[in-house]
Amino acid sequence: MTGLWTLFYKELLRFWKVGLQTILSPLVTTLLYLLIFSHVLEAHVQVYPGVGYTAFLIPGLVMMAMLQNAFANSSSSLIQSKMSGNIVFLLLPPLAYWEFFAAYVAAAIVRGLVVGFGVGLAGWWFTPVALAHPLWMVAFALAGCAMLAAAGIITALWAGGYDQMAAVQNFIIMPLTFLSGVFYSIHSLPPFWQALSRYNPFFYLIDGFRYGFFGVSDVSPALGLAIVGACCLALSLATLALLKSGYKLRN
Amino acid sequence: MTPAIEISEVHKRFGSLHALRGVDLTVEQGEFFALLGPNGAGKTTLINILAGLSRATQGSSRVMGHDVVADYRDARRTLGVVPQELVYDAFFTVREMLRFQSGYFGLRKNDAWIDELLHNLGLTDKADIYTRLLSGGMKRRVLVAQALVHKPPVIVLDEPTAGVDVELRQNLWEFIRRLNRAGHTIVLTTHYLEEAETLCSRIAMLKQGQVIALDTTHNLLSAHAATQVRLKLNPNRLPEVLRSLLVAEETGCFRLVLKDYSGLEGVLASLREANVAVDELEVSKPDLEDVFLQIMGRADKEVAR
Repeated sequence: MTGLWTLFYKELLRFWKVGLQTILSPLVTTLLYLLIFSHVLEAHVQVYPGVGYTAFLIPGLVMMAMLQNAFANSSSSLIQSKMSGNIVFLLLPPLAYWEFFAAYVAAAIVRGLVVGFGVGLAGWWFTPVALAHPLWMVAFALAGCAMLAAAGIITALWAGGYDQMAAVQNFIIMPLTFLSGVFYSIHSLPPFWQALSRYNPFFYLIDGFRYGFFGVSDVSPALGLAIVGACCLALSLATLALLKSGYKLRN
Repeated sequence: MTPAIEISEVHKRFGSLHALRGVDLTVEQGEFFALLGPNGAGKTTLINILAGLSRATQGSSRVMGHDVVADYRDARRTLGVVPQELVYDAFFTVREMLRFQSGYFGLRKNDAWIDELLHNLGLTDKADIYTRLLSGGMKRRVLVAQALVHKPPVIVLDEPTAGVDVELRQNLWEFIRRLNRAGHTIVLTTHYLEEAETLCSRIAMLKQGQVIALDTTHNLLSAHAATQVRLKLNPNRLPEVLRSLLVAEETGCFRLVLKDYSGLEGVLASLREANVAVDELEVSKPDLEDVFLQIMGRADKEVAR
């Protein structure tokens, strides 16, 4: 287990050493969203009865920040190692593929949670929000970070360069997060888009996470967690299979 | 005793490229072994297969008796590899890198050995410097240190002295020699043939994915690069009886091959009989470069045939 712990610690230290870029900058970006959208929409939109728009927005933004940062952590760490060649430092030692997976995912979860916590704390200072079901909140936070961490590993394994990495981030991850109900409830959408949203796993993450705060959601949280858990499991198994096969690591 | 390295019938194909064509090689424990060959011969591919960085298309390899695929954890624990590429991790200092590397090999408290490595490689005052800020030669030393954190019984160095200045080269070899004397098996690839000649007791030559020569350095030298003698004759004409020994005719000189030094007597006797005087005479000792070129050239002819 020493190998796993060392790799986990190295991954933590990696993002911690460039915290300005990996923690503070996503924090500031997310807070800008909060500032602008709450200013423009607070007086006009009420999604759930008795819940102000700013309060509604905060959990969505927290989840969005967690997802994006969990993905960014595992993917950028791995692609950098691949491109610079220092991945050999991890391939030469007797690390098992599952240790590799566990360390990268755990570090990505930590980064996601740190940024998410920062956004939540700052948001709470704006508008105090209730915490109706904290356990549901934590469950969705962990599942979301783990899912995106695994997706990040798969992307970095597959990508032949930074260009392809950025393509996945900008054309898949970003649209899925923005179109998942961070800024709105899907009930406000036309039926077609509402139906389509239900195929987006990120929708269940945000909806369930929001349930943890307000006790209100579009889908029952148990169903949401089951769907999210299944996605998370599928992505994890796929990642483990790729790592075990040495896909694009050990040609 | 279990061989340090056992490679049997290893093939590697990259698409249509047949990079290794059935390599068989055994390196015994304690040997100082050289793997030579021109660029693209398959040296690095072979090392990558041993290290688990690449998988053989066919065949098997063992390090200290551990199969590199089936028993990869033990195989990797017994192997230290200094990669050819000058890689480093920009985020960390030398000491951090060495601590991580120790941890990946399951070693928690390794600072005493890390300090010793730093000292032996002249890195003590660079320990807390970010690896990206080091010069090429220093980065190379860090790679050597990283390969040795777990005191592997088998050490593979893939062109460790490429682009390294003379002083460091000397220091590095002195250190590696010490490790060899302490019982570590050393395998190296290099383009500096005089290094291989002075350091290594046994040599394999690789060409186009095949081992085309494998013997002790001594045998290779004596079998392939026979002693040669360069003669300036007066009159400038070689007696017929010596024609069979001629290897080259240079401006006013003849270069003859000798089985050994005693062959010189026969040559001189023949010259005296033919009434030819010797103006100049120079005997040259064989070196590995001649052997290398000769073997590579012979392989070329065989391929052409």
